[in-house]
Amino acid sequence: MHAPHDSAKQARFLPDEAATLALGRELSNVLVPGLAIWLQGDLGAGKTTLVRGLLRGLGYEGRVKSPTFTLVELYPLSSFNLYHFDLYRFADPGEWADAGFREYFNDQSICLVEWPEKGGDFLPRPDLEVRLDLAGEGRRVELAGVTEAGRRCMQRLATQEGHTGGDGSAG
Amino acid sequence: MKVLGIESSCDETGIALYDTERGLLAHALHSQVAMHAEYGGVVPELASRDHIRRALPLTRKVLAEAGCTLKDIDGIAYTQGPGLAGALLVGASIASGLGVALNLPVVGVHHLEGHLLSPLLADPRPEFPFVALLVSGGHTQLMRVAGVGDYEMMGETLDDAAGEAFDKTAQLLGLGYPGGPAVAKLAASGDAHKYKLPRPMLNSGDLDFSFSGLKTAVLNLKNRAGPDACADIAAGFQLAAVDVLAGKSLAALKQTGMNRLVVAGGVGANQLLRDRLNAEASRRGFQVFYPPLALCTDNGAMIAFAGAMRFAHAAPADGRFGIRPRWDLSELRAPA
Repeated sequence: MHAPHDSAKQARFLPDEAATLALGRELSNVLVPGLAIWLQGDLGAGKTTLVRGLLRGLGYEGRVKSPTFTLVELYPLSSFNLYHFDLYRFADPGEWADAGFREYFNDQSICLVEWPEKGGDFLPRPDLEVRLDLAGEGRRVELAGVTEAGRRCMQRLATQEGHTGGDGSAG
Repeated sequence: MKVLGIESSCDETGIALYDTERGLLAHALHSQVAMHAEYGGVVPELASRDHIRRALPLTRKVLAEAGCTLKDIDGIAYTQGPGLAGALLVGASIASGLGVALNLPVVGVHHLEGHLLSPLLADPRPEFPFVALLVSGGHTQLMRVAGVGDYEMMGETLDDAAGEAFDKTAQLLGLGYPGGPAVAKLAASGDAHKYKLPRPMLNSGDLDFSFSGLKTAVLNLKNRAGPDACADIAAGFQLAAVDVLAGKSLAALKQTGMNRLVVAGGVGANQLLRDRLNAEASRRGFQVFYPPLALCTDNGAMIAFAGAMRFAHAAPADGRFGIRPRWDLSELRAPA
C-alpha cells in the first residue's frame, strides 16, 4: 500500500454530478498530449460525465455523447486530438487490434478508455488510472499515476488542488 | 436503374438491390443480435471483421433473390460515413472494387440520409415534408426532412441514445439483450407509477434529449429498492423514456407546423411508444408512419435507395474511394 502522502495516488468523494464534472475540469489542467487514461467503474458510475468535465475544461463546448455505440468519439482540439473510447460492447479483446485502435495512441493525442479491461492485453499501458465507484448516491474516485508521465500529472493535480482549495478528502 | 447498396458503418452488414422502376428487389442483413446475446450487447468489431467475410456472400444472395447477376447492376452505393473507420473501409473497398471491375458509377452515401429516406421504401409512404424521429441504440434525434438532401437536425441526445438507455437499464436490472424488448416485457408486470423517475429535458424548451441521468436514476433506485422492485423500475423507466420521446416529437411537429411524423430506429418498435404516438396522432390530427423494422435498423436497402436518389438527380458519382468517419449531416446538400 502507498503511504497517504504519496502524491501519485489520490482518493476523493464526489457527492454529485457537479463534483464529477469539476474533477474533470481539474484533470484537464494537468494533462499533456501523449497520455493514455483508463476509466473504470460500473454502468452509471460517471465515466462519461468525467470526460465531459474534462472536455469542458479544455474549452470544448459541443456535445459529449456516450461512445458506447460508436466505440470511439474524436474531439479535435487546438493542439491535440482527444479520443474517447468505450469498449463496453467488446466480446473479445482481439477486437481492439481488428479496429486499428492502437494507431490512435501517439504523442499528439490523449486517449481516454472506458471499460479498458475488455481490451485485455492488447491495450498499451496506461499513464493514469481512474476508478469510480458508487458510494451511496455519490461516487468515490481513486486516481493513480502509473507511469512517470502519469505520476507527474498526479503531482500537478495535488499542487493545483492546494491552490484551488480542494479538500482532497479520501471519503 | 438498378443500384446495389452496401451498408457497413457499424454492427450490421447490409446489402440490397433497388430498382428505380420496380422498387426494392432484394435485401439481406447479417444481424449479430442472436449471435452475441450472451455478452449483453452487440459486438461491432467481431461484426466489423465479419463485414469482410459476409459482404460478398450477402451480395450473391441478394442478386440470386432478385434474379439478377452482376451485369445487371447500373450503379453502386455504399455508406461513406459517419461510422467506424475500419468498418466503413470494408464497404468502400468492395464498392470501389466492383465499380472498377464492372465499370460502374459509385456513390458514397451519408448513413443518416439512408435512414431519413428509408420511410419512402415503405407502404404507405409519407409525402415530403415530414419530421423524423430516429431512435435506436446509437441515435436519438429529431430531424426536419423537406426533400432529398434537404435535412435539418432539430435536436439530438446530449449523452446516451434512447436505445442505449434501454440496453443499459436491462443490464442494470439483470435482463438480457436486446434490452428494449426485455425491459418492455418486464415492465408489463410492473407499476409504472410506483417510482417517479426523471423526464430529463422534457421541459427544456428545445428538442434535445438526455438519457444518462435516467440511467443513473435507475441505478440508484435499484440499489435502494432491491431486486423485488425491478418490474416497477422497468415500467417507470419505460414510461419516462416514452414521455420524453413523445413529448419532444409533438414539440417538433408544432415547431415545424408539419403534420407527418416518421419514427425510425429499433426503439420505434416499442409498443408503449407506438400506442402513445398513435393516440396523440388521432387526438391532434397528424399522421404517424412506422417503416417496417427491417428498414428501421441499419440496412443495405436504405443505402441503395439513397444512392438511387442521388444518381437520379445526377449527383456527382466520381467513384473516388473515400470514407468519412466523422460527417455532419448539415454538410449534405440537395442534388443539383
